[in-house]
Amino acid sequence: MNLKETFAFLEERPSKDCPAYNCPAGELVNLMQALRDQHGYSMLVDLTAVDEGPGHEPRFIAVYHLLNLETFAYLRIASACEGDAASPEIPTVSHIWAGANWHERETYDMFGIRFKGHPDLRRILMWDEYPHYPLRKEFPLAGFDMDFQAPDVAERTGVRIQPAPMAGGPFVASGEGPMSEQEPRAKDQSWHEQHKKPAGSGTA
Amino acid sequence: MTTATEQDVGYNSKIEGNVIFSTADAVINWVRSNSVWPMPMGLACCAIELMGVGASKFDIARFGMEVMRFSPRQSDCMIVAGTVTYKMAEAVRRIYDQMAEPKWVVAMGACASSGGMYRSYAVLQGVDRILPVDVYISGCPPRPEALIDGMLRLQEKIRTEKSLWQIKAGRDNPEHLPTGPR
Repeated sequence: MNLKETFAFLEERPSKDCPAYNCPAGELVNLMQALRDQHGYSMLVDLTAVDEGPGHEPRFIAVYHLLNLETFAYLRIASACEGDAASPEIPTVSHIWAGANWHERETYDMFGIRFKGHPDLRRILMWDEYPHYPLRKEFPLAGFDMDFQAPDVAERTGVRIQPAPMAGGPFVASGEGPMSEQEPRAKDQSWHEQHKKPAGSGTA
Repeated sequence: MTTATEQDVGYNSKIEGNVIFSTADAVINWVRSNSVWPMPMGLACCAIELMGVGASKFDIARFGMEVMRFSPRQSDCMIVAGTVTYKMAEAVRRIYDQMAEPKWVVAMGACASSGGMYRSYAVLQGVDRILPVDVYISGCPPRPEALIDGMLRLQEKIRTEKSLWQIKAGRDNPEHLPTGPR
């Protein structure tokens, strides 16, 4: 069965495994409701997002993985977020699959995508006051230097939130020789927080 | 009357009566080191090994430490077993603050000791940045034997403490406070 015959607004999306379609954000809720009720995709396996990078249009794409529990067929739906890069938006599906609730909170936490109509859109992994969205492309892997979220604890212990650069990282396998000798290794372990990385020696 | 042989030197009630002379510190430390009540701060896979230590096969009860208390007010040794994220660090410190003195901290495993493999924007790079750690245990996670060894080292450390001197000098005397990076 080809979903495009039923839903004319769908576009096929390159995929190496299961069927995948792009869906306009405006049609997303209707499509998801129909897929669950009429097409047997009763399970939302995963809900995440893709950041295509600054300057890319559309920049944020929400991705939904569905599973039909009768035919065991997987389906991937991708939907570009509306709004500007600072505050992308997409409708919630948490009223269709209750399990989407926390997935959407996590996606909001990591990418800053606001799910319109979500009953309780708060951060779920990072603490509430955290000002960044860690899985956005401009977020440095090491993180940022900032005050600890509890001022009284910070005052007593002197703790700060410090960047943790991957010393010598990223850790990559050599790809040569037998697998036992391909353990991922840092290329340069000479630098860390106290000894800064020499300028122009690759990316963190 | 029998003569004292070498075996009687330690303690012989017939010679010395029912009185033992010792120092207050020795007695206090003996009691404390053999009745450590751990606070299991289980945050990741290290907690599974911690449970193994508490169960019958490794049986930390042999050393008087089986009384795991989930209330900080009833425990005196926090075993930080697992990855301390910045979000959790606040809770860890607040629980530590609620424990009664004297109290000790064991950093179990690579994550609690240094952040371990989590070189991450979200993970505290070593619990010693918020707590005065007494014993660090290596491993990812440490085997139960390693934890038991660490706890025995903690016992040794407790036995060298000078409690009365500490009271006299004041608890906040910087000379006595644990040192280490913050």
